[in-house]
Amino acid sequence: MVKPSKQIIRPYGDRRDDGVVQLSFTLPVPLSEKAKEAAAVFTKKMGFSDVKVAAAERAADNYTFFIVYARSGMYLDYAEIDVPEVVVKKMSFDDLNAFIKEKVGRRIVVFGACTGTDTHTVGIDAILNMKGYAGDYGLERYPGFEAFNLGSQVPNEDLIKKALAKNADAILVSQVVTQRDVHKDNSRHFIDAAKAAGIHGKVQLLLGGPRVDHKLALELGFDAGFGPGTKPSDVANYIVHALLKKEGKEPKDAHYQGEPT
Amino acid sequence: MPGPFIDDAQIAHARTLAEEIVNPIFDLIRRNTTVSIERTVLRFFGISGAGARGVPLANLMVDKLKAAGVLNRGAAYWYGRALHLGAKSPLEAVERLTALPTDKLGPLSPEVEQNLRAEVRAEARSALEDMKSRLAARDALRQQFPMSPAPHKYVIVATGNIYDDVDQARAAAQAGADVIAVIRSTAQSLLDYVPHGATTEGYGGTYATQENFRIMREALDEESIKLKRYIQLTNYSSGLCMSEIAFCAAYEKLDMLLNDAMYGILFRDINMRRTFIDQYFSRRICALAGIIINTGEDNYITTADAFDAAHTVIASQFINECFAKRAGLKDWQLGIGHSYEIDPYRDDTLLLELSQAMLVRRCFPDAPLKYMPPTKHKETDIFFSHAYDVMADLVAIWTKQGIQLLGMMTEAMHTPLLADRFVALKSANYIHRAARGIDEEFTVREDGKIANRAREVFGQAMKLLQECRDEGMVAAIGKGHFGDVKREETGGKGLDGVMEKAPDYFNPFLEILEAT
Repeated sequence: MVKPSKQIIRPYGDRRDDGVVQLSFTLPVPLSEKAKEAAAVFTKKMGFSDVKVAAAERAADNYTFFIVYARSGMYLDYAEIDVPEVVVKKMSFDDLNAFIKEKVGRRIVVFGACTGTDTHTVGIDAILNMKGYAGDYGLERYPGFEAFNLGSQVPNEDLIKKALAKNADAILVSQVVTQRDVHKDNSRHFIDAAKAAGIHGKVQLLLGGPRVDHKLALELGFDAGFGPGTKPSDVANYIVHALLKKEGKEPKDAHYQGEPT
Repeated sequence: MPGPFIDDAQIAHARTLAEEIVNPIFDLIRRNTTVSIERTVLRFFGISGAGARGVPLANLMVDKLKAAGVLNRGAAYWYGRALHLGAKSPLEAVERLTALPTDKLGPLSPEVEQNLRAEVRAEARSALEDMKSRLAARDALRQQFPMSPAPHKYVIVATGNIYDDVDQARAAAQAGADVIAVIRSTAQSLLDYVPHGATTEGYGGTYATQENFRIMREALDEESIKLKRYIQLTNYSSGLCMSEIAFCAAYEKLDMLLNDAMYGILFRDINMRRTFIDQYFSRRICALAGIIINTGEDNYITTADAFDAAHTVIASQFINECFAKRAGLKDWQLGIGHSYEIDPYRDDTLLLELSQAMLVRRCFPDAPLKYMPPTKHKETDIFFSHAYDVMADLVAIWTKQGIQLLGMMTEAMHTPLLADRFVALKSANYIHRAARGIDEEFTVREDGKIANRAREVFGQAMKLLQECRDEGMVAAIGKGHFGDVKREETGGKGLDGVMEKAPDYFNPFLEILEAT
């Protein structure tokens, strides 16, 4: 392969390579000439030159908001930027729904519950309920999903039975309580029940919770694991890609942004 | 105001339909109570502390009474019985009470029963008087330092730490905010208790606790005096503890509460019966406390499409209004919710949003209305986002919204930076100043896009109201008519906290609140 030639670039303000950057930030001091100078000094400390403090506004008694223009002496070789292009971008709510409509052609059925003795539905609710979590909508809100949240203290066998009755594509098991590794015991029990019902390897089995990670989930026999900070959209994207892979509509080794690792 | 668009008789008919929809639900409300309502009764009596591991005493007591199968006579009644047992604390009294064999828990002699109720009633009256005098102090401060003219600019703080929230709230007030909302920790609405004390750790927000309310109100009182402009405080009376939060808010002199008759059912999967029963008592408290409620219809069009589902917002607003009026709330307390949420890449969105906001204004001429900013179609291009928010500022002043939650240019990215609030406030001030009175200057043509769209949406809303009246509210929710969410009467969280009242059920607060 021919090594691409160098392609040096810098930010473009109003002419090539002027390196102009716009910044805005707040300093926790009252508005004054001294505050403006502090903003200029801070910007210079970041390595910028030709600093112009365009606006200094009293955001509150003891806070000043600045808009600053400056030049950066930095440059980079664009030819050296290496991003594997096979990575599919994580899709937004609307894009993912449109994608499901086009590629799957039906609603994806998802069941979820806190199984065993666990009564903490915070995790499963955040992923499945309308409201979602941190501004990220839950699966119930996606027209592309038909989501059933069975709540807490659901026996593993019940969850599997109800999911089977609706031909579920994916089952989410949430485990919050971890005293004496009860989450692992219950998760193993779920996998045993899934094997007995003949759905292991057929229906996507996902595990989530504050002490769960992808590696642990795989060890326990799940298809994927989701730990703290997981957003509903992460789970939604995962389920869609996994389903397409299963149906042969996407290469098995396709990778995408935000997949569990 | 621009345009009648709709006949007065049509609007009156919508109100009649809403009453007919709400009526059957009042049978349910009258016949039942909930654990949350009974805990609120105990909180009124001053039982606001917490026991081991922070469990609120009100929960401990109500759970014990429920386990003993006697809660259906009312926590107030057992509070009275406990007082007679000479225990050192109310909790100890309840422990003694519930340890008694069942045959000892029966009614006392009619005379003793009557005296006991009279005593408890007197105590309830003095508890309410105490609350009223606290609220009078709030109202005096409001009088002394009048608020800016409407729309009241409403911004959110959400650090998770009440002390950091205070810093952010003070800064927002100094930058021109009129209303501060402290966002609750994620999923607090699903907790069947109100956490206790000052809190410094939350996820996506700060726990609503009575102490956090007190800390924030105290800080805002100081700011109000300093700025010579009263700053309002709001929180969330939704979820499993609607009436307890309403009590804590009233006691700590809050000014507003998010409070919706159906939000919990639709968006939090809280049981329908539980929500309908709880919302009533919570709104009775808001009515007494002069708290402005904010309803949550804006949420419908974050789940359903804002253009297609516009009529569901109007229909729900009539229903929410009817529930509110039945709980004693006055027009000035109805922050009826709606929002600016139509996909900005459509044509005519400013006309469509104006049409919807004018229609809401037309239907609820005396309510303050609560206008919500765009969120669903927000992009991370903050410059576009800012322009998009400014359009909502224009619609808000044009349609005389009472309360306007300001859009943040970093919506869809992170909780607002201090500067984001400043930028939003500065431009809202500009637009409000620039366009005040625009509604008086322009008449909207009755045969144009705005009026036709308003009539079309109102017509669909009437159809939906008729359907809800014919089939009942429960069936309508079951069919997913609101927000595209389907819920069943016995599904969702919190049904086990609902119980039928005994024939001699006793709740002196409800009696007094309903009589005023």
